[in-house]
Amino acid sequence: MMNTTSAPVLHAAGISKFFPGSIALDDVELTLYSGEVHALLGENGAGKSTLIKCLTGAYRRDAGMIRLDGQEIDPRGPLDSQSLGIGTVYQEVNLLPNLTVADNLFLGWQPTRHGLLDRKTMVRRAGEILSGFGLEIDPSLLLSAYPIAIQQVVAIARAVEQSGKVLILDEPTASLDRDEIDLLFSVVRQLTARGIAVVFITHFLDQVFEIADRVTVLRNGRLVGTRQMDDVTQSDIVEMMLGRHLETHLRRRDRSAPGKSLLKLKNFGKRGMIEPFDLDLHEGEVVGLAGLLGSGRTETVKVIFGVTAADQGNAELRGKPVKMANPRESIAMRFGMCPEDRKTDGIVGDLSVRENIILSLQARQGWHRPLTRTKINEIVDHYVKALDIRLASPDMPIRLLSGGNQQKALLARALATEPELLILDEPTRGIDVGAHAEIIELIEHLRAHGMALVVASSEMAELVTYSNRIIVLRDRHHVRELEGDAINTGAIVRAITQQEALA
Amino acid sequence: MIRSPRLPLYITIATFILAFAICVSQYPAMLSTRVVANLLTDNAFLGIAAAGMTFVIISGGIDLSVGSVIAFTGVFLAVVMRDFPVHPLVAFAMVLAITISFGAAMGAIIHYLEMPPFIVTLAGMFLMRGLAYVMSTDSVPVTHDFYNTLQGIYWKAPGGGRFRMIGGLMILTYVVAMIVLHRTKFGQNVYAIGGSPVTAKLMGVPIAKTTIGIYAVSGGLAGLAGIVYSLYTSAGYSLATVGVELDAIAAVVIGGTLLSGGSGFVAGTFFGILIMGLIQTYIVFDGSLSSWWTKIVIGGLLFAFIMLQKGLSWATTMRRKPAAEFATRS
Repeated sequence: MMNTTSAPVLHAAGISKFFPGSIALDDVELTLYSGEVHALLGENGAGKSTLIKCLTGAYRRDAGMIRLDGQEIDPRGPLDSQSLGIGTVYQEVNLLPNLTVADNLFLGWQPTRHGLLDRKTMVRRAGEILSGFGLEIDPSLLLSAYPIAIQQVVAIARAVEQSGKVLILDEPTASLDRDEIDLLFSVVRQLTARGIAVVFITHFLDQVFEIADRVTVLRNGRLVGTRQMDDVTQSDIVEMMLGRHLETHLRRRDRSAPGKSLLKLKNFGKRGMIEPFDLDLHEGEVVGLAGLLGSGRTETVKVIFGVTAADQGNAELRGKPVKMANPRESIAMRFGMCPEDRKTDGIVGDLSVRENIILSLQARQGWHRPLTRTKINEIVDHYVKALDIRLASPDMPIRLLSGGNQQKALLARALATEPELLILDEPTRGIDVGAHAEIIELIEHLRAHGMALVVASSEMAELVTYSNRIIVLRDRHHVRELEGDAINTGAIVRAITQQEALA
Repeated sequence: MIRSPRLPLYITIATFILAFAICVSQYPAMLSTRVVANLLTDNAFLGIAAAGMTFVIISGGIDLSVGSVIAFTGVFLAVVMRDFPVHPLVAFAMVLAITISFGAAMGAIIHYLEMPPFIVTLAGMFLMRGLAYVMSTDSVPVTHDFYNTLQGIYWKAPGGGRFRMIGGLMILTYVVAMIVLHRTKFGQNVYAIGGSPVTAKLMGVPIAKTTIGIYAVSGGLAGLAGIVYSLYTSAGYSLATVGVELDAIAAVVIGGTLLSGGSGFVAGTFFGILIMGLIQTYIVFDGSLSSWWTKIVIGGLLFAFIMLQKGLSWATTMRRKPAAEFATRS
């Protein structure tokens, strides 16, 4: 299908984009050929979305040139690039659920008769277009009546019908399950057969190997390389993305055996988020969750804490069946959690550090039994000291603290409820080296005092340091559990890339 | 069936038929062309204003200035015709130009200054009411022959009902509004903005033009409603039609339009108006009930329709089938 001998459909070279204080893209090149699926890979912050935004004109690039069919182009915005021939479909479907499928497909370029919309033609044409993609649906129904995968295909159809040279799919499969992904891929194959170049951005390596012809990897805003998929293995790609040589990290040996069982999850999962898994947590143990971004780390953590209620499986707390339907109940069962995204899910920026720390404890107590001022001060002083939170005064707004200190304040909030199970999602992201070491120290300390911890992290070396067990995830499956001496970064990478399963 | 976007409309129509049936079963006299004709005549100005409100609410906005604009229009017409030798038709054209520009200006402020419609139209409400007061604090009668001519136009139906011109004007308004909202690009853009302004912009909807257009339509129809009210009462009074915008909003919601925007039908609003009028007529027929019962019943109806909308949107998303069922090949 792919035709690399002819001239490329799209050639972008020397693309650079600077933001105040940082370089988002530095001299990046991307070449697309007619009829190919080109995967664009990189960890968070590698510059994938910045590159896409420069191509579609959502950002003004600071340097570089873009050629489409040999013609130099300078798109001024998504609508402009759309009319030039570059269509984009995002993870969150950018269509209107309150309109019908046909209306969505034709909004802005509706067929008219005598100045009025020709609805019959719209519905008929929409049906034809969609059946061209292998979908038999009634285009006169509301878009919201159909599942996300179908909406995704409608978005693709709209983009392709209007542009039809290059289609950019930005994480289209992130919220789809296997059947839906198959449907999407069959659509993508039909597009390439028509000669459209497809850029496919995802975190799922399996899918890249399944559908892509070539891959371009970015890291820290720079081009690592472009490869033919046939020439590379999953480990090659992981290495290109992570960029570190995967040496074995030494584990600490001074660990006592875990205590009695605390929480037992059986066949626990949520459709579309995380495949069912079993998990047995003990007192005094740290269970690490490892995997690439989007592998289901955060999703696992969310169903355990009840942020998203699981829709299958059952849970036992100390041998008694329990339901974990929402965070309130989880807090009542003495679970604590520090979420991944401090800014949006964690801190309440304008409240004081003091108020932020006692928030969960007060919520558990109920608002009709306020904590006394003395009690609050006692708790806050204790944790500020114990966690070494550096601040001018507990009354200052928490948003003024540094990232590391915010993270510690959030830990204090969770610890103030005296949890038996503490769930940490990316506890060391975006904090400086010193605070990093302190938080790792704290995890060790809590474990030694009999707390059960679940830690999700993208830092493999860090997980290896403190985990008693590591669960490796890929494609929202718990694929491998590593224990004791089997824990090392090499084993984690092998499990991520599934070489071990094949061996 | 549950996935049909028209379901709320059917429910409103069914409610109207049911309500009418209940009325007739208690007071058989209500099944007459007189009642129907009066229903149209008495609610004409409210109906026209509610048609404009439907555009605004479908776009996710609100227009609180409607009642004041109607009062302003009435006073303006009365004062202009009293003080200057202008023909009513000229006065009508003048006042429509004013109210359309006024609506367009509110739309422009809402869009360009990114202000919430609630606040902007609240300011518009005070402004228009204030202007009405400035022109006259008394009720100013209109005594032009042309008014008598217009008021004299009616079609006498068998059974004694007199279908007057203003009722016909309301129906004409609804027919035009239906065509504009459901069969033009402008109408589609109104729905698109109501669904999600951000997405609509990404899909190429001209947000500024459409927003200004929507409030211009609402302002213009409020002006038309004011003209009809002026013909209905033969006077202009600055204290008239206080709170009519709220009645219009109620009619729109009872008509099945989602208050959060993006979904609804002009025809639904028409039946919403008829339902509200019917409740009033019933209370008149009963004679013993306090007229405040109208408000209580409308309150109950509003609540029921809000619950219904919530239930419907919930049912739509819950009954999604897996994607694989729609695929013909893989």
